[in-house]
Amino acid sequence: MDSVANIILYFVIAIATVVFSFLAVTSRKLLRSATYLLFVLICTAIFYFQLGFQFLGAVQIAVYAGGIMVLFVFSIVLTHKPDQKNAPLESHRRFLGTMCAVAGTVVLLFALFKMPLLNGLSLTECLNSATPITMHDIGTAFTGTNRFQYLLPFEAVSVLLLACIIGGVVVARKR
Amino acid sequence: MDLSILWYLVPSVIMFVCGVYGFVTRKNLIAILISLELMLNSADLNFVVFNRFLFPGSMEGMVFTLFSIAIAAAETAIAIAIIINIYRAIGNTDVREINKLKH
Repeated sequence: MDSVANIILYFVIAIATVVFSFLAVTSRKLLRSATYLLFVLICTAIFYFQLGFQFLGAVQIAVYAGGIMVLFVFSIVLTHKPDQKNAPLESHRRFLGTMCAVAGTVVLLFALFKMPLLNGLSLTECLNSATPITMHDIGTAFTGTNRFQYLLPFEAVSVLLLACIIGGVVVARKR
Repeated sequence: MDLSILWYLVPSVIMFVCGVYGFVTRKNLIAILISLELMLNSADLNFVVFNRFLFPGSMEGMVFTLFSIAIAAAETAIAIAIIINIYRAIGNTDVREINKLKH
């Protein structure tokens, strides 16, 4: 049995996620669309906090809501005149998109509700049966080479980020 | 009333489907990138939810989501560099206008 506060928080966040993700893809002004995406990312971070992954929620806010959104706003302001609206959608594209969205929803929800794999545990039971994840656990998971430890992917990501910095500078520099 | 795993997967499904809709209908490159971020985000949420509800004792879903966030950041930075370069060459960021290479 979950507490009432958890259920209310869930409903607020779930409705906000659905509404803002719909607005993010239908808004005509690009800057508003980016702002709605920011709200969706923050709602996802609150989901992470509610599920008991505090470190992940903090990373989501710092990297996604902090870093990537700044990049988005930066590039929108660089490539658009103020108050420029996007052209209205072509009708066949809108039809195609709606068809894709409706078919996707039906198939995914059907698969979801037919799946025998899912157990009926509630959030509180799962949180009680799990040991809390400390920073020590996360640190050893990222810097060890044993089973369930991830030093090699960690190093690979750091090399990828370096390559990404150099690539970004090379691609976007003035000729 | 219990918050079971399905309750968390349904918002994720809707987020993903909104991303697909935006990816098909939008014509601006940055808008397409925003839709892509929505889809990535819903996949991340799925990893975490499956980790918490099906394997409460481990943290592999969280680790995978951390790597996914790092790679998404790299991918967005490169994509935005390319978009700014295209804007310099063509003057807008509409996908219908981008139909030829340099020569």
